[in-house]
Amino acid sequence: MSRYLITIGLETHVQLKTKTKMFCGCSLAFGAEPNTNVCPVCLGYPGALPVMNREAVKLTVMSGLMLGCEISRSSTFDRKNYFYPDMSKDYQISQQARPLCLGGGVTLSLPQGPKRIRINHIHLEEDAAKINHYARFSGVDFNRCGTPLMEIVSEPDMASPEEAMAYLQALRQILVYAGVSDCNLEEGNLRCDVNISVRPEGQETLGTRAEIKNMNTFKGISAALDYEIARQLATVARGGVIVQETRRWDPDLGETQSMRTKENAHDYRYFPEPDLVPVALGDELVEAWRALLPELPSARRERMMAEYGIPEYDAGVLADAKENADFFEAAARLCGPGQGKTVSNWFMTEIMRLLSETGKTVTQCALTPEALAELVTLVDRRAINGPTAKELLPELFREGGMPGALVQARGLGQVSDATALEAFVEQAINDNAKSVEDYRAGKKAAAGFLVGQVMKLSKGKADPQQVGKLVAEKLAKLA
Amino acid sequence: MDVSTLTVCQAADGLRKKAFSSVELTRAVLAEIEKRDSGLNAYLSVDAEGALRQAAAADGARAAGRDGTLLGVPVAIKDLINVEGQPCTCASKQLVGYVSPYDATVSARLRKEGAVFAGRTNMDEFAMGSSTEGSAFKVTRNPHDLTRVPGGSSGGSAAAVAGGEAVAALGTDTGGSIRQPASFCGCVGLKPSYGRVSRYGVTAYASSLDQVGPITKNVEDAAVLLQALAGCDPRDGTTQNVPVPDYRAALRGGLKGLRIGLPREYSIDGADPEVTACVRRAVAGCAAAGAEIVEVSLPHTEYAIAVYYIIATAEASANLARFDGVRYGHRTAHPASVFDLYAKSRAEGLGTEVKRRIILGTYVLSSGYYDAYYGRAQKVRTLVRQDFVKAFGSCDVLLTPVVPTPAYRIGETCDDPLKMYLGDIFTVPANLAGLCGLSVPCGKTASGLPVGLQILGPAFGEGAILRAAYAYEQEVRS
Amino acid sequence: MSHTIDVAYVAELARLELTPEEEHTFQQQLETIVKYVEKIGELDVAGIEPTLHGQALVNVFREDVVVTSMDREGFLANAPERNGSEFKLPKIVEDA
Repeated sequence: MSRYLITIGLETHVQLKTKTKMFCGCSLAFGAEPNTNVCPVCLGYPGALPVMNREAVKLTVMSGLMLGCEISRSSTFDRKNYFYPDMSKDYQISQQARPLCLGGGVTLSLPQGPKRIRINHIHLEEDAAKINHYARFSGVDFNRCGTPLMEIVSEPDMASPEEAMAYLQALRQILVYAGVSDCNLEEGNLRCDVNISVRPEGQETLGTRAEIKNMNTFKGISAALDYEIARQLATVARGGVIVQETRRWDPDLGETQSMRTKENAHDYRYFPEPDLVPVALGDELVEAWRALLPELPSARRERMMAEYGIPEYDAGVLADAKENADFFEAAARLCGPGQGKTVSNWFMTEIMRLLSETGKTVTQCALTPEALAELVTLVDRRAINGPTAKELLPELFREGGMPGALVQARGLGQVSDATALEAFVEQAINDNAKSVEDYRAGKKAAAGFLVGQVMKLSKGKADPQQVGKLVAEKLAKLA
Repeated sequence: MDVSTLTVCQAADGLRKKAFSSVELTRAVLAEIEKRDSGLNAYLSVDAEGALRQAAAADGARAAGRDGTLLGVPVAIKDLINVEGQPCTCASKQLVGYVSPYDATVSARLRKEGAVFAGRTNMDEFAMGSSTEGSAFKVTRNPHDLTRVPGGSSGGSAAAVAGGEAVAALGTDTGGSIRQPASFCGCVGLKPSYGRVSRYGVTAYASSLDQVGPITKNVEDAAVLLQALAGCDPRDGTTQNVPVPDYRAALRGGLKGLRIGLPREYSIDGADPEVTACVRRAVAGCAAAGAEIVEVSLPHTEYAIAVYYIIATAEASANLARFDGVRYGHRTAHPASVFDLYAKSRAEGLGTEVKRRIILGTYVLSSGYYDAYYGRAQKVRTLVRQDFVKAFGSCDVLLTPVVPTPAYRIGETCDDPLKMYLGDIFTVPANLAGLCGLSVPCGKTASGLPVGLQILGPAFGEGAILRAAYAYEQEVRS
Repeated sequence: MSHTIDVAYVAELARLELTPEEEHTFQQQLETIVKYVEKIGELDVAGIEPTLHGQALVNVFREDVVVTSMDREGFLANAPERNGSEFKLPKIVEDA
């Protein structure tokens, strides 16, 4: 049986993080009552005219720069004509002939090595309204209509669902880093159209492709890809023919379905939008926008490894979400040299656990980088012990404040005074004769138990390392 | 006060001198409409109460010390310009019941000047037509001969002004729709340069060609109205940030030394000899008054109609897609599907000429035909534009007839759309090139039908055409 | 360039339901008109830039500042059918 190659291309629609719509000043605030963020322009009223949102152009150009695209010096808009109830003008203002960004790409770090996925172009357009379906009728809410939408069209360079998902994740990370979109799928910030074809190995030309539109969950995209590839391979294996068509993903049935409607045969009759004059971007402006770009995630990882002495794994985990990397760096910079790994450990274990439990982001919780830095420093200076610090963290996470103040107020300072510690050790040994016997009989773990008892006696404030030493010494003497 | 011949400037004068109040003036206009409109059919709707409320407010403002040439003056509005709270039928069944939730920029500007909205005038449906017979509601008659058309698409505005039912009016011009009815009805009509006046709130026919302009009894009134309307608008991204000069001051330049170009391609066989004679007389008069006459050539004139009917209908086919029965306007009673909802609502709501142009426009944009039609037409448009740029190198304004014929009879062109289209030969080039142009009355035929003289100027050259028109009106014609 | 226009197909693209009489009349009229406009084919347009806008302008933008929206009642009042604060439609099969 001949081997088949899979070809996948993705068109990713990203809602841009502007305050207003693409062509009018209506607010984009999420969760508004239906049809409250509307005006004659986004409702397609007679006489309404579009005027371009400069910020949307800037964010698109910045995205293009982040993705290594060439920025078009003269860019125009076109009318894409088709009828649908979510279209207030029954044409969408989009870009076909001369989009804002050309070329570019994303390099994926795959287990088998890096792979470059090329981008064909990036263009700007307006989003459609939302149709709500009820039992016997449908209702349209135009709040979303006119939202600036950046469409990133990849070349068909992906050869597996894994590559497609990796591309999407990488794209998403870059766009969040650039601050151009929240890329929050639940809020509908990011949607995908997926194009898939299969062909026998050795064949140059691509197979007929099917398109699955409007995918808006990562799980769904992955499942749809798996299903569709299996469907196409099965079709081809039994001698069938793949029809070029648009399909819909049904998450409940777990299958893609053909959409056999009149809408499929679209003649969009593109022509230049007469109401919008061209966008002419000079070098000066593009360079000014380039100066506003943040570091790419990969660059940030490299730099954090070098600057803070943390391993690649840590850098990867921390840099995965920009706000985490920001928090880590802010804290690490306040600590003494060589503390990078310690701060990283705190973040990756304790803090990420709390983030996961509470569902908050690090910018939403009450813990500040200053507080974490102080905590690390207190432990480093042996002012408090590790366990104490671990106990304080959740409170700082919930309520804020600084650990030093709490330590002071509650007398949580580590007990390191030898006399006091010796007294605790004496008492522990006297109260636990059996453990001493066990130790002498060879059960070395009994020493640990005794250390625990000393910690209890000191109300957890004893310096565990010193206690360990003292217990060992005492036990040795008793031997 | 004889409101039927009263001009804007005379009205302003009378209001200032307290010869009458705005309420009295508005009442007089409303009375004329009441008296005459069943014969003329110039108006589609009149909000008498609303108008009188505005007039009273204007009187109050004037009493409190405000002044302005348009303060308290009634102006009729072509029924495709949005005025908040008023209908905006575009003379179409598709928009019966629609109430504007917002003011067009031109309406807001008039409102700011304290003008009174006198009523909404008839037009060809969605501005597509040259006779106003395309209206879904009524046939407007030419005041000079009730068996003839007033021209179009701003026929209602022109008939109202010429017929004594309006002091002044607003129209729109995409291929001649202000200038041609002004010519047929014997009044003044001015199409500003593209980008001079905001299109925001004006139902679009052809986005790269439409302009709003005044239809008035004399040239000075046109200057006054243009002054109020002109200017860059942040809501219309095609308006230009070119300073607005004092148009009334520009009027008084006189004809002496003005270089007038006569395009040789505008003397066509088949033009009515009386029209030709009127225009020739006007030219001679201008020459006698000291203007320098220059012959120029606009070699691509014969292609202008073809270019216009490709570009305008293409843009219109997209602009009118929004009339689909979803968010406003007529919706068919029992649609079986969304497709049905669209196809039947539009079939029921839109008139024949509109359908014809939508189909033509859709066709020229459709797959496989774009390059041959729309793509090519835009290039020929460049050639038309370049002709004018070259011509204005040797003259300040161009003088031409407005229409090859005087007003034709109602019903004459109904079965032959192409014949009707060909009547636009002298007016469409100005729209294609984005120029300004006006029509000023220059005589009558033996049977009493008005003939208009077209004066064309370069983009943002309204001062020059107003100067030429005013001088002609004051020095030559009289 | 002459060919038969598929009026039925074009009307469908434009969402206009035509009667057979209309289709027939339009067919003839449009072919006459199209034949006329084809005269632009006579010209040599090599190297000529198309005129895409009414005037030569570039870079007209608005700033990303919220403009308070009007009361939605004005818009909903014009709705042919409404479902509370939504525009109501017959049930749609979920298409593209």
